[in-house]
Amino acid sequence: MDWILDKKRPICPQLCENLCIIIATGKIAPGEKLMSVREVALKAGVTPNTVQKSFEQLEQKGIIYSRRGSGWFVCEDTHIARETLQQLVRSKTGKYLDDMYSLGLSKDDIISTIKEYDHE
Amino acid sequence: MSEILKCENLYKNYGAKPAINGVTLSVESGRIIGLLGPNGAGKTTLIKLISGLLTPNSGSLTIDGNEPGIKTKPLVSYLPDVNYLNNWMSVEQIVGMFTDFYEDFRPELAFEMIERLGIDRKERLKNLSKGNKEKVCLILVMSRSAKLYLLDEPIAGVDPATRDYIISTIINNYSPDASVLISTHLISDIESVLDEVIFIKDGVIVLQDTVDHIREEHNQSVDELFREVFKW
Repeated sequence: MDWILDKKRPICPQLCENLCIIIATGKIAPGEKLMSVREVALKAGVTPNTVQKSFEQLEQKGIIYSRRGSGWFVCEDTHIARETLQQLVRSKTGKYLDDMYSLGLSKDDIISTIKEYDHE
Repeated sequence: MSEILKCENLYKNYGAKPAINGVTLSVESGRIIGLLGPNGAGKTTLIKLISGLLTPNSGSLTIDGNEPGIKTKPLVSYLPDVNYLNNWMSVEQIVGMFTDFYEDFRPELAFEMIERLGIDRKERLKNLSKGNKEKVCLILVMSRSAKLYLLDEPIAGVDPATRDYIISTIINNYSPDASVLISTHLISDIESVLDEVIFIKDGVIVLQDTVDHIREEHNQSVDELFREVFKW
């Protein structure tokens, strides 16, 4: 169980987000086979029904498609997955900025903090 | 999806004390359901009624359309909350006993899961740790091809790694034809693996809903909602 999910939010959209990240960052390339429902269920520690539902939602958005009997595949066009990734980047940045503002930092302070920060 | 379990106006008293006080519920196949409630809420009583170990005072209960009895025994695989196996038997002997008892028991699957845990099949049950004993019990119950699995407190008193193992075993054995009913009061440990939850309190169902719908509606985890509903 490697995926850490937020317990306050519904599971299905979180699975969709995680899968979009995997696709948008190229961990699974366009045209390649996606993990099976069971594999994702085991990775995330969630019920296979929820995984199935999130796969179907990604299919509706045109991010993945299913081939009868051989599983799920990533669509050639990944721009929707990349858009989802961008939305996540924006919302996480917003949350970070809110945290920093509440600590009394200005935007310039935050930028210099980021520049000076050595990430191990 | 068909209806695998149906209870209507179910009552069960212990003497004058009501344990199940008018339960009506319906469970579809292919679902993993949490039966959640504090100690003494009636979880074990309800599970014993479904398994046929207890008979209701009134009301109706059907499993795949049949009343509990000879026809439902092959449909229901039940893990009690207490160890009921003979401690002097070896793992191999117990698998043999289950193979004799249950037509739908898959010994190859049981041995495969036992071996993956690194448990010696010649080992006697009494020499196993508490965690390993619970894992063996769960493996035996999940190695049947039943339609309804009843797991009474499968994660109580085990370490987090064992709990993860138990959850993985439930996911791995998932089938769209079968449902799993898990009773527990340790909700946060298990809620993500559940499709639906049933809250039971003083022998009455206070809520039946899907996990994602609860989180959407209340903006909180099932565990947090549980603490609110059962605050005292």
